[in-house]
Formats: sequence, structure tokens, C-alpha cells
Amino acid sequence: MTSPADRRPEGAPVGRRVFLGLLGLGAVGIVSGAALQERLTPLVAELQIRDPTGLVAALPAGEDFRFYSVTGAVPEATAEGYRLAVSGLVERPAEHTLAALRAMPQTELVRDFQCVTGWRVRDVPWAGVPLSHLLDLAGPASGATAVRLTSFDGEYTESLTLEQARRPDVLVALQMLGAPVTHDHGGPVRLYAAPMYGYKSIKWLDRIELTADVQPGYWEERGYDLDGWVGSTNGRDDDPTA
Amino acid sequence: MTRPPDPELPRFTTAVRWVHGLAGVLVLVLIATAAVLYNSELQVLVGHRPVVEAVHVWSGFALPVPVLAGLAFRSVRADAAELDRFTARDWRWLRSRTRRDGTIPVGKFNAGQKLNGSLSAGASAVLLLTGAVMVLPDLTPVAWRTGATLVHDWTALAFGLLVFGHLYHALRDPTAMRGMRTGTVPLEWARHEHAAWADELAGPAGPISGSARSGPPGSPPAAGSAPR
Repeated sequence: MTSPADRRPEGAPVGRRVFLGLLGLGAVGIVSGAALQERLTPLVAELQIRDPTGLVAALPAGEDFRFYSVTGAVPEATAEGYRLAVSGLVERPAEHTLAALRAMPQTELVRDFQCVTGWRVRDVPWAGVPLSHLLDLAGPASGATAVRLTSFDGEYTESLTLEQARRPDVLVALQMLGAPVTHDHGGPVRLYAAPMYGYKSIKWLDRIELTADVQPGYWEERGYDLDGWVGSTNGRDDDPTA
Repeated sequence: MTRPPDPELPRFTTAVRWVHGLAGVLVLVLIATAAVLYNSELQVLVGHRPVVEAVHVWSGFALPVPVLAGLAFRSVRADAAELDRFTARDWRWLRSRTRRDGTIPVGKFNAGQKLNGSLSAGASAVLLLTGAVMVLPDLTPVAWRTGATLVHDWTALAFGLLVFGHLYHALRDPTAMRGMRTGTVPLEWARHEHAAWADELAGPAGPISGSARSGPPGSPPAAGSAPR
């Protein structure tokens, strides 16, 4: 009597071999994938440029921005309605309109954007007002040692030491990729902290507040390093971006 | 020749259906959350990255639970063993251009189902392994995390195609889907889609089989009725 549950099926255990084979390949990929990615990424980037269908962009290997947001839909700020507040331990608190920011001295940079999760976009053109210029306008009061940045997404915050904030490659960016910063990229105004991982470059910048000490930002309360230097923090070894 | 109308064959036990259902729901949640985490337009639309990420990670860790728990049931082990084994007939079926016409007698699962099952199981294991490396950064060097991310992304793409293929064939065959929902399939359908399996359970097709099957659906096959 052979009921199906008793009978051992005939044939070779191909399924088991496929399963173990894939698992082995996966393990090899974990160990050697970083080297493979270095060769794969330029190839896919090349394909993306020549691909009129845009399908290649859906492949998980291109050098492209990935959009991260920690809240639901972020309200769009209009060019007219936008205000950037500078407050806290300053002598001259201010509210800057977008037009006022555009009239200030602009700095242009071409730098890589490196995410702490691993992806990197090379040679991104950035333009905007150096954060140090806005700090000079406000005049930090004695006792101010840090800058706290807040996003109008209502959730995200970031912090820099005053010394970091004064670096010439830390911009209040108005332009990115040769055009005004789009809403999805954090426009109309976002930060670009060139030497640091992307989580330091807060999107949808709403308020700059000078504080007595560094207050951990959104991701820093969730385990990321306070100082986000590319290549020497967060346990990573990427090439520096500045 | 008195054959009962529309006789049914037992195809999937309750345990098998629960394993399939729970794993299926988890896979759909994983795909939906992966789409939000990965696709820029969806990410902009949905946002809430930490929440979506937590749902994705915990659904991923939960996926092996119904599968491993299912292995405690003999019927689940039997179906897994059936999916595991490839015979010469299976390779012939895969190579055949007319594989769906029923000339090659198919067992409980056809070779495409076996292949999809094995590849899906392997891909899931790879996704679980690489996912674990990605969410437990303290345990591995950063280069491994980069490698794990690469493998996870590409394997997810491949696994998505396997799931799509599975759903495509399921939706094209409502009877097969009903089999997974209720547990039984009509004998006529089984004779066409899984002839060898139908023979095994209900005896060879023909005038004799009608009178030989006197018990209710699901009764054990008559002795010696499974020539292979």
C-alpha cells in the first residue's frame, strides 16, 4: 500500500541542490560583493545613459539618488511662502525669504553625495549660501557652541558643532544638479554638508537654531554617529567626499 | 458505468494551506514594503521610512516561522519532498514545447512548480541571510554589508519575478487556486494537469476507475492502483 504521504518520491533531490546552491552563492556574494559592485556600478551607469526606456534605472546598481523620508507626505513650500528662521543663542535673530537667500553671496561646489547605507552619487553640482554667512549675519552669542537644524517635515532634525557649521563646504543649498533644489530632494532649501554622510544634509530646511551644546538629531538618536565624517564614522570606510 | 458527478481529489491538507497562506501574506507584505523602501516615487508618496523598514525587517524574520512550524506536519513534509525530487520526466517536461497538452504525465507538481518552489525557497533564504547582515551591522565588516546589500537587491528583483510568475499561473487557473483555498480539486482537472498524480490517487483513467472508486472523495487509493 503506497499512500502519497508514505511513499518517498523518486528522482534526484534537485530542489535541495538549488536551495543550497543559491545559499552558497549568496554567502559568496556577501563576502565578495563589494568588489563586484565596484565593477558593476560604472557598467550600469553607462547603460543608464544610453537607455531610452528608463528601464535600466530600475536596476539596483546605478549611481542615483534614493529618496528617504521619515514622515508622510511633506507639505510643499512655495518660493513666496518660504522662510528660513535663524534663532536661539544669537544677537540678531532673522527670517530669510528665498529671494533674500538668493541675493546673498553664493558658493558653488561639485562633490560626491555619500549615503551611510552605501550608495554614492558622484560629482553632484551644488550651489547656495555658506552656512557660515548666515551665522555671521546672526552673530552667535557667547555660550553658543552648536547649531541645531530643523526640517519642515515636522520630524527630522540635525546638529553640527559651530566649528563644523563654519566650514566653507557646508552650504545652505538653493541649487542642486544645476537647477533649484526640487521638493523631493528637500527643496526649496536644504543643507549640504560636503564632508559628511547624507543624513547630516537635512532636507526641507526650516530653522537654524544656535544652542549651548550639540543635541543629537533624528538618526543620531537612532544610533548614527554625531559626527558624520565620510569614511571615518559609522563603522564605514568610504572614500572621503571632501 | 455510474460515476458520481464531479468527484474531488484531496490536494492540499489544512496544514499545507495554512503554511502557504501565512507565508504568502508575509511575502506580499515584504514586497509592498520593499517597493516603498526601494522605489523613489513610492518613498516620496508614503514616507515614514522607519515604520516601513520595521515592518519589512520583522516580516522577513517572521517568514521562516510558518514554514519551519509546518515541517512538524507530515503532509507538509511530503509536499516539500515532492517539490524537491526531479525525475527524467520533469526534465522532459521542461524541455517540451507542448508541455501543457498532458502527454507527459505530471505528478502532484509539474517541473515548473518544482523549479519555482526551489528557486523561491533558495532566494528567500538568501534574502533572510543578507537581510540579517544588513540589520545587524555590528556583527560583520562594512564590506560584507555592501556585498549583502548588492545580493539582497538583485535577489529581491529575481524573487519578485518568481512570485509574479507564481501569481500569473495561479490567476490563469481558478481551479488550481480553488485547490489551495479549499483543499480539493476536481478529478477531471487533475487528470488533465497532474495525470500521474490523479492515477496514483484515483486509479488509472477509464471505465474501470469509476466503479473502482466507491468511497467518498479523499478515501485512500485502491491497492496496486499506482503504477508508475
